[in-house]
Amino acid sequence: MREQASTFAQGVDFSLYVIAGISVFFLVGITVVMLFFVFRYNKKRNPVATNIEGSHKMEVLWTAIPTLLVMVMFYYGWMGYKPLRNVPAGALEVTAYGQMWKFTFEYPDGRITDSLVVPLGKPVKVNLVSRDVLHSFFIPSFRMKEDMVPGKNNFLWFETTQKGRFDVLCAEYCGQLHSYMLSSVTVLDQHDYEKWLTSSASVADEHPGLSLLKQNACLTCHSQDGSKIIGPSFKGIFGKTETVVTDDAEREIVIDEAYISRSIRQPNADVVKGYMKGLMVSYETVLSEEQIGHITDYIKTLK
Amino acid sequence: MSSVSTNLNFFEAKKGIFSWIFSVDHKRIALLYLYSLITFFLVGVTLGLLMRYELLNPGKDLVEAKTYNQIFTLHGVIMIFLFIIPSIPAVFGNFFLPIMLGTDDVSFPRLNLLSWWVYVVGALMALSTLVFGDGPADTGWTFYAPYSVKTGTNVTMSVLAAFVLGFSSILTGLNFIVTIHRLRAPGMTFLKMPLFAWSLYATSWIQLLATPIVGITLLMIAAERLLGVGLFDPSIGGDPILYQHLFWIYSHPAVYIMALPAFGVISEMLPTFSQRTIFGYKAIAFSSLAIAFVGYFIWGHHMFTSGMSGTARFIFSILTFLVAIPTAIKVFNWVATLYKGSINVQPPLLYTLAFIFQFMIGGFTGLVLGALATDIHLHDTYFVVGHFHYVMFGGTGFAFFGALHYWYPKIWGRMYNIKVANVAFTIFFIGFNMLYFPMLIAGLMGMPRRYYDYLPEFHLPNMISTYGSWVLATGLIIMLSNLVAGFFGKKPKVGRNPWNGITLEWQTLSPPPVQNFDRMPVLPQNGPYDFDHKPVIEE
Repeated sequence: MREQASTFAQGVDFSLYVIAGISVFFLVGITVVMLFFVFRYNKKRNPVATNIEGSHKMEVLWTAIPTLLVMVMFYYGWMGYKPLRNVPAGALEVTAYGQMWKFTFEYPDGRITDSLVVPLGKPVKVNLVSRDVLHSFFIPSFRMKEDMVPGKNNFLWFETTQKGRFDVLCAEYCGQLHSYMLSSVTVLDQHDYEKWLTSSASVADEHPGLSLLKQNACLTCHSQDGSKIIGPSFKGIFGKTETVVTDDAEREIVIDEAYISRSIRQPNADVVKGYMKGLMVSYETVLSEEQIGHITDYIKTLK
Repeated sequence: MSSVSTNLNFFEAKKGIFSWIFSVDHKRIALLYLYSLITFFLVGVTLGLLMRYELLNPGKDLVEAKTYNQIFTLHGVIMIFLFIIPSIPAVFGNFFLPIMLGTDDVSFPRLNLLSWWVYVVGALMALSTLVFGDGPADTGWTFYAPYSVKTGTNVTMSVLAAFVLGFSSILTGLNFIVTIHRLRAPGMTFLKMPLFAWSLYATSWIQLLATPIVGITLLMIAAERLLGVGLFDPSIGGDPILYQHLFWIYSHPAVYIMALPAFGVISEMLPTFSQRTIFGYKAIAFSSLAIAFVGYFIWGHHMFTSGMSGTARFIFSILTFLVAIPTAIKVFNWVATLYKGSINVQPPLLYTLAFIFQFMIGGFTGLVLGALATDIHLHDTYFVVGHFHYVMFGGTGFAFFGALHYWYPKIWGRMYNIKVANVAFTIFFIGFNMLYFPMLIAGLMGMPRRYYDYLPEFHLPNMISTYGSWVLATGLIIMLSNLVAGFFGKKPKVGRNPWNGITLEWQTLSPPPVQNFDRMPVLPQNGPYDFDHKPVIEE
């Protein structure tokens, strides 16, 4: 088991120990009795069997005991789970976006990051939003996960109990690079957190187009070095003549500003031949005209 | 039946391939199923071995991510729809239900043949995705929307295949229900029926009532992909959670379609190898019905993390725990059946004991997943994969191979090499636990399922698991070779009743004649397992 890094983890582990403890006791007990019977009543030792039709007493006993025990297990499962639904007032709210195959986080001040940074011991509520298919936001060290469902806003919340960096994994299968959809939560003490919060974003000297590509998970599928991941690479793409499939018919086009803009807004309109339709979602409502302009400018620089 | 003029067994009665593939004899149809099922099972095992090899080390070992995703999807589709759902009912149910009821065939023999043909068509459709279109689906066997709507792989054909296979399952279920109601031997009341028949009865009702729901759901996926009807994809107005509800309303009860027949087989083998009556006949019979009934209301436990309301999670969790009670009752009765028996340790009993042990692990890990707090951590991790394989493979799979060893002499009239069977069992058992137990550990550590690649900390359990898959495969090869060798070998023919069993199939010839009985079967006086008044059968 991983370390318990949230207040919720203790409840989960406790209910696990209760259920596992009862289970192991019965598993071992029943197996030992079973093997003992096979040994003791082996036909060599017991050539003549005794027919026993059954016993009402025993049936009542082994109905009542499991009923009681499963209700105990249910109770601890429920008690361990209950805190997850009751978010304390005043929790820090962060929105986590999932999309093939990247998590991004948006802070109340509009700051957008690749990984989550939170203050130690403060309640944090994470709103879970998916931009395409199902994902699941899973932090093993916090013992919690909740699905990111497109069209539906889920959430989870946690209070951390130790500093450090903890893995965030995608737990709901989401296509080709599902197992590479990773991020992390960094837990800082209040002082360091405030320092991080006030520090100017390190993206300052980056091309604004590149920042946008990173924030919107474009680079998970489109490389900058010419290698083919899921979609066409951005390297040298501007000005290139390509065969695209439009309404099931092939045609040749030159990749210009208009094509890039159209591909971001309606990704399935003209798909470059040899690439799969339907995997990319429209960024019509996500990116503004100006932002698309920054992205186009940046792509022009990738020769 | 006493007017039967010839006792030619069902193998000798007619010759030629057409006398098999168009046969309406339930025994021949059962064997058609057996041969097709084993073929698909071996394909599924091969895919499983490829997956395990890929996961031996972090990073790429064998195939690309997309191929891996297609492999685990096809592995799931084949193992679930082509192997485990039909397995025990289609093979041993078809072969032995009519004989155990003391009749000459199922109620609708032609429908029975149609079921097999529908199965073959569905199977070919599923496998056609290997060569046509953009490759087999890469969605997982659950076909979760909206990914299944978006992906470019051949999902449409895969779901249509599952749709067609559903009909085979429905028709078999219908056939068994009518057979059990209408064709029991005179004097065999419901409470004098063998427990295998009881478990098939409960299973058949689930097949009949639940399968249409998944059929329509899968058609909805096809409609969404082909016609753009917004059912499950929110970007065109659908709801992905609706898909999960519809899918699990069938697929949870389907777990009992897979498990209940196994309970039936175990309830047959235990009295035979203990040489005594089953403990708590009624408790076992009625708990099958209880499981079938409660099993309908607990599908939501597959969705504890999908954003259901707290109330829904509470209710589905508590109902899930209720289904554990009838299951526990069965286990206690089985173990009590060994008490004061005269136990004959033979290969089928070894599979039975392994079944009970592994099924308990499957059940207890199921409790861990049914509890809300622990499920929030373990949902969609390898713990679920381990749990599922303990129930389905360690449970139903072991019961299937146990049944194969148990009824082998009756079906083929010869015996396999018992010593080799014991050795194969031991290797198979060790391999199984080496393969799947580490998955439980990886899940507890937080490794999500359907992972092509993993963090270095998950290496050790994955490595052990992959080594286990090789041990398991070795055991499987020895086991199947031994069974095939027994068929072609020079072992003397066995008599009617090599295990000294008591149900009606042991009163007839091995292999049985076309009409099943060469003389009128005699029911034991007080119920099917009344070893005190076991009818004396002459060879």
